[in-house]
Amino acid sequence: MRFYALAVYAFLYLPIGIIALFSFSAGRSASSMEGFSLQWYGRALNNPFVMEALWTSLRVAFVSAVLATLVGTAAALALTGMRGRLRATFDLLVQIAVMIPGIVIGIATLIALVSVFDLVNPWLEQITGWSLALGAGSLIGAHGLFTMSLVVLLVRGRLETLDPALIEASSDLGATPLGTFRQVTLPQILPAILAGFLLAFTFSFDDFVIAFFVAGAETTLPIYVFSSIRRGVTPEINAIGTMVMVASLTLLIIAQLLLRRSQAQRRA
Amino acid sequence: MMIQNPSMADAASTDVAPTEVVAEFAGATKRFGAVLAADRINLRIRRGEFLSFLGPSGCGKTTALRMLAGFEAPTEGAVLIDGKDVSAVPAHKRPVNMVFQHYALFPHMTVAQNVGYGLRQRRPRLPGAEIAQKVDAALAKVRLADFGARRIWELSGGQQQRVALARAIINEPQILLLDEPMAALDAKLRGEMQRELLELQRSLNVTFVLVTHDQEEALSMSDRICIMGKGRIAQVGSPQELYDRPRNRYVADFVGRANIVAAKIIARQGGIAQAVLGNGATIGVNDLPGDTRGKAEIAIRPEALTLARGKDAVPEDTVALPARVTHRTFLGDRTEYLLMAEGIGPLQVNSPRQAASAIGEHDVGAHVRVLWRAGTGLVLAADI
Repeated sequence: MRFYALAVYAFLYLPIGIIALFSFSAGRSASSMEGFSLQWYGRALNNPFVMEALWTSLRVAFVSAVLATLVGTAAALALTGMRGRLRATFDLLVQIAVMIPGIVIGIATLIALVSVFDLVNPWLEQITGWSLALGAGSLIGAHGLFTMSLVVLLVRGRLETLDPALIEASSDLGATPLGTFRQVTLPQILPAILAGFLLAFTFSFDDFVIAFFVAGAETTLPIYVFSSIRRGVTPEINAIGTMVMVASLTLLIIAQLLLRRSQAQRRA
Repeated sequence: MMIQNPSMADAASTDVAPTEVVAEFAGATKRFGAVLAADRINLRIRRGEFLSFLGPSGCGKTTALRMLAGFEAPTEGAVLIDGKDVSAVPAHKRPVNMVFQHYALFPHMTVAQNVGYGLRQRRPRLPGAEIAQKVDAALAKVRLADFGARRIWELSGGQQQRVALARAIINEPQILLLDEPMAALDAKLRGEMQRELLELQRSLNVTFVLVTHDQEEALSMSDRICIMGKGRIAQVGSPQELYDRPRNRYVADFVGRANIVAAKIIARQGGIAQAVLGNGATIGVNDLPGDTRGKAEIAIRPEALTLARGKDAVPEDTVALPARVTHRTFLGDRTEYLLMAEGIGPLQVNSPRQAASAIGEHDVGAHVRVLWRAGTGLVLAADI
């Protein structure tokens, strides 16, 4: 049993570990280890294309995560106030949205956006001289839509376990509905909201599939990595991959800690 | 304890002069879909009294409390506080505060922040120093003077209970509502908290309305008890009134133990009904005012009956019912006998310790006579 468990973990994590290891290589080959150096990290961080792609990724991830958090939290709050079949339907739709493969979302969003652009652009161009095109905006929209479901799921989970007596107690003590939301509901669900934001950010930052379809002329970091692999893999790619992985893992761990803290508080 | 003459009808206990009414249910009815949770409740709550709603779960007591707090609006009828119809007034605008069953303390705030919560909602805002001073005073009142900086989860159940109490009384409510506040405490702590609550109520002179399913708790703490069943008020009265003069079988069963026997009423005069029991014996019992039924149930408390041996003389105004002992439970200060009385059915008789030592215990299977003195039984109403 133990052997199999170890084998499974090795299968899962060995490739990642090897990439991290090779990123410290002093040689030019991306698939072997020759001495130790940090030169590839230096090179990656000094590569203007990498930095621009990174900047695009960060911008898209931040804005789409903020949007997803705002809309997702609002949706979760509204869903909790709803009853019966309507709520069940919405809950189901949210859960399905999380499970739909990225490629389907990518294609669907692309087709939807292009059709809308075709419809609107001639008219828009005439009035403003501008036209809509794929780019950072469509990336933010596609990522925001998808990650909104994650936020809804997390915040809904927290709201479900929130003791309704807390809301009643606040109201009983003279707080207006808005005051109750600000002083009781929001602090209680804040860890879940933050965790939702971090998950949404990480998802958008790491996403390749959806971005590949809707990014237009924009280059996000995953897209840059993909296109440079086609020109040949260098340890620089390993270094970028390792940095992205460490950053993502850090965010995910913080999200997990936030959720755990809110659970501990719930028990108290 | 004898069941006394109910000639001073319940009107005396339910009717409260308008000037001393702090709150009133006026035909308040609450429906949840097809469920009738509260059915035309009429009740006046006296300023400064300790009133308990007593009943099993689902009897409507919590619904009544929640209508008073403002968490439920009556479907029909009205709820009045200080003479004003507050049926449509939301909870946060009502001059009442509640201690919740599981306290509902805010886990993300300290003890002091919890206690000061109500004061912080006031507009215009109160100065911070004034709030801090009132919080200290409220915490001192519940003997938690140095606990202000603590976190909620650092407190024991009893301490959380007192924080909930301080958080409610700091707002100086017209009525303090208590929703089964002792249910989560262990028995010893519960007794302590009950005494503390009573002392607090006396020192604050605030109206307390308690919801409980624990009859001992209601009996020991309340000035008046409102017994509820099926969403209706079964009876309202002081603990003594409810024990001595239960109006119906529901109340007789719920407060203390009662033997309920079927009887035929053959004559009624001056508040006394002549009841013919199943074995043919006739005994005078306290009548139900206004009752005209020929058949009725009679309640008699187990401690109002005594046991005698076959050869003992029967005192005046007393009937002797032949019976056989089926169970005997020795409880120290008293012995509880379960008997099968001829033509009547099962009866419970509680014998105090002295009586037993004077005449000796009766064994299971022994043939005895149950002595029932005139005026100790009571005619019950048909239903709630």
